[in-house]
Amino acid sequence: MSEDPASVFRVEAADLLDQVEQGLLDLGDRLDDMALVDAVFRGLHTLKGSGAMFGFDALAAFTHHCESAFDRVRKGDVPATAELVAVILSARDHMRALVDGTAPSADGEAILQRLAGALASATRDGISPAATAPASALAGWQLFLRLPVDAMRNGTNPLTLLDELRALGDCTVIARADGVPPLSELDPLDCHISWDVTLRGDISREAIEDVFLFVMDDMELRLDPIAAADSPLVQPVSSPPAAATDAAVADQGLAEAPPAARAVGESVRVPAERLDVLMDRVGELVIAQSRLSQLAHQDGGVALRSVAEEVERLSGELRDTMMGLRMVPVASLFGRFRRLVHDLARDTGKAIDLVTEGESTEIDKSVIERLFDPLVHIIRNSCDHGLEGAADRRAAGKNETGMVRLSAHQAGGQVVITIRDDGRGIDRARVRAKAEANGLVQPGQVLSDAELLALIFAPGFSTAAQVTNLSGRGVGMDVVKRTIETLRGTIDVASVDGEGSEITLRIPLTLAIIDGLLVRVGDSRYVLPLAAIEECVELSPEQDRQSEGRSLITLRDRLVPFLRLRELFATGTRPDPFQKIVVVSIGTERVGLVVDQIIGNHQTVIKSMSMLHRDIGSFSGATILGDGNVALILDIGDLVDAARPREERLRAAG
Amino acid sequence: MTDSASLTGNVAGDLEVLSFGLGGETLAIPAAMVQEIIDLLPETAVPGADPLVGHVINYRGRVIPLADLRTAFGMAPAPPTRDSRIIVIEQALGDDATELIGLRADTVNEVTILSAASREPPPVIGLRWRREHVSGLVQHRDQIVVLPDLAAIFAPLR
Repeated sequence: MSEDPASVFRVEAADLLDQVEQGLLDLGDRLDDMALVDAVFRGLHTLKGSGAMFGFDALAAFTHHCESAFDRVRKGDVPATAELVAVILSARDHMRALVDGTAPSADGEAILQRLAGALASATRDGISPAATAPASALAGWQLFLRLPVDAMRNGTNPLTLLDELRALGDCTVIARADGVPPLSELDPLDCHISWDVTLRGDISREAIEDVFLFVMDDMELRLDPIAAADSPLVQPVSSPPAAATDAAVADQGLAEAPPAARAVGESVRVPAERLDVLMDRVGELVIAQSRLSQLAHQDGGVALRSVAEEVERLSGELRDTMMGLRMVPVASLFGRFRRLVHDLARDTGKAIDLVTEGESTEIDKSVIERLFDPLVHIIRNSCDHGLEGAADRRAAGKNETGMVRLSAHQAGGQVVITIRDDGRGIDRARVRAKAEANGLVQPGQVLSDAELLALIFAPGFSTAAQVTNLSGRGVGMDVVKRTIETLRGTIDVASVDGEGSEITLRIPLTLAIIDGLLVRVGDSRYVLPLAAIEECVELSPEQDRQSEGRSLITLRDRLVPFLRLRELFATGTRPDPFQKIVVVSIGTERVGLVVDQIIGNHQTVIKSMSMLHRDIGSFSGATILGDGNVALILDIGDLVDAARPREERLRAAG
Repeated sequence: MTDSASLTGNVAGDLEVLSFGLGGETLAIPAAMVQEIIDLLPETAVPGADPLVGHVINYRGRVIPLADLRTAFGMAPAPPTRDSRIIVIEQALGDDATELIGLRADTVNEVTILSAASREPPPVIGLRWRREHVSGLVQHRDQIVVLPDLAAIFAPLR
C-alpha cells in the first residue's frame, strides 16, 4: 500500500499551514515576538522547499513572496504590523487552495499586491527600534557542530554547510576527528567528524541556524557568542546584559530551536482506514475469543480454560488499546476556531477573545470531525448575537473585549464541551415572541425555562432582527441539534440576562463503541443505547390488555406513550408473559419500548449498516454479540418520532 | 470492480464465472467478484428491510447484508438444504463505493468459462423473470445459464 507522494505532501502541507496560521494568530497579539516571526518564517520556508520538491511549483512561487516578506521582518528591515499579519493570513488561505489545486490565480495576484502595500506602509510608518538597533557590537560566535552519523547517507553534504558558514563571515574551521572509529570499523558513508568553528563578524543567531535548517532536528549544535557583547537576539534590549545572561539566552535559544520537531515527538502518521481495518480485526478476535471461552467452559479441561481466560484478558486489553489509538486531543478542533473568531471579530467590528480550556481532552477522531460544523454555528451565534458591541458593553459595565470560552472535559464515558460567552444572554421575551409568530408555541402556553430556551433549536427559528452575513438565517441551530443527536450526544442551553449564555454539549467519547442494553424482541436481540434509557418497568398482562387501544401508561403521574416493538418489527411471535417497558428519552420526549426480555448491559463495537439498509430509519447500526450473532442497534430518535401521535407529527412537519 | 462492466457491456472475450443453482435455475456471476464461498451462518432479520436483503450476517467481523436473489427473480422462497451456501461478493454500488454482499445459493457448482459466442441478450418474451434483472443468457453444456444483472438488482435499494 504505497502512497502517492503528492498526497503525502498535502498532509504535510496541511500541518505546516496550520502551524503558520497559529503562529500568525499569536503574532497578531504580540507583534514584537521574534520567536513567532521565526516560527512563521520557518514554516513558510519548509512549505516552499517541499512544495518545489513535490512539483507544486505555483505554491512554491507564491510562498516564496510571503517568505521573502517575512524574511525582511525577521531581519528587522520591516516591523511586523497587524496589516501584514492579516495579508499573510489570507495568503495562507490561498496557499491551502494551491495545495488542493483549487486556487484561482487572480486571488494570488491580489494578495501579492496587498502584501507589497502592507510592506511599504510598514516600512514607512515604523522605523522600528529593532531595525535601527541590531545587536551591533557582536564580535562573533564560537560554534560546535556534530551531524548525525547517517547525515551523508541522507543527502546532507557537510562541506556545503561549512561553505555556507564561510559565506557569513570570517571563519576558522577545525575538524575534530576524535569520534572516528578504527579503519577496520569505519563505514565511509558515516559521518564521524565534528567541527569547531569560529565565526567572526556581526552575524545573527538566526542566520547561523538557517544554515542548518534542514538538519537542525537531529544534529548537535552549540552556539556561544564571543566576548561579552550585546544580546545576540535581534531584539531591542533595555539594559545591556551581563555575560551570565548571555549564556542563559544562548541556552534558551537552543532549547527553542526545533519547535516543530518537539510537537511531532514520537508519533506516527497512519491513515484512518488502516485503523478501521485493525479495529475490524480486533473485533473478529474478540468474537473468536468468546467462542473459545464458551467451548472451554463447556467441555475443556483446566489447561484449556486457563488459556481461554488468558486470551480473553489479552483481547480485552487489545481492544482498549485499539480504542485509545483512535483518540485525538480536542486541541486540534479548538485550534481551528481561533481563525474563525479572528475573522468574526474583524467582520463584526467587535473585540473578541477566544479562551480555550481542556485542550488535552481526548475524543474519537471521527467524532471530532463531525463536531466542527456544529461548533462553528454555536460560536458564530455567540459572537454575532450574544456579544454586544463595545459601546453597549461599556454601558453595561463590562470589559469592552467580549469573551468566548470554549472548554472541554471528560465525564465518565462522555466529553462535555461548553461554549460560554459573556454577552447579553438569550432574550427570552424575543424567543417567545418569535416562537409564537412562527406558530411553534401557542400564545399563553406555559413553558418551562428549559423548554423556552430549547426553542432556539427548532427548525426555521432565528431571533436575529437582521440577517447578517454570519448568522441569522435560522438554519443554524436546528442543524446543530440534529448533528449532536446523530453523534448520540445531548445539548443544553443556559442563559442569564446581561451576563451571557452557555451551551453544553455532551458527546460520547467514541462512535466506535456503545454502552448498550441488550434486549430480546421475539426471537431477535437488539441493543438500546444506555445513554438514552431512563428506566425499565414491567408491563403486567393486565396493563397490557387495558392499554390495548391507546398505548399509554402512567409513570409517576406522567403519561408515557409506548411502542410494542414486537408489532413494529412484525415478529409474529406471542408476547412473553412478563414483558418489560424500557423508557427512553431524547430531550424532553419520553417513549416506552415494550420488549420481551431484558438480557443485560452490553458494551459493544458499532458496525455501520450496509448501504442497502440505509433507508431503514429504525436502526443506527449493528453489533456482533459474543456468540457471533448480529444484533441491530435501535435508533432512539427515529423510534421516538414513530411514537409521536400522528397529528403532532403533522404539525411538526408543517 | 471491472467485472460487472464486462458482464453488462461488451463481451469481447470469454467470461470466467462461478455458476450456482437457485430455485432450479443455474445462475452465473463473474468469478472475479467472488470473495469467498462460506457455509450458512446465523442470520439476523432486519425488520422493515426490502425482502431482497432481509437479513444480515456476521462475515469475518463485518455485518453484511444477505441477499436472496429468489426475490429478484420471483421464485418461491425455499428453506435451506444441506448443499446451501453463501457466496460473498464485492458489488459496486454507486460511484466508487463497493460493498460486500452475501448471496444465497442452493448449490455452488463450479468455476467455468462461458464462451462469448454462445451468449445472448435476454429475450423479450418467454422469460418468467423481470427482464432488467437479467443481463444475458448463455448456452452451456446443454443448459441455459442465467447471468443476473446484480447492479440493476441492487440499484433500487441504494
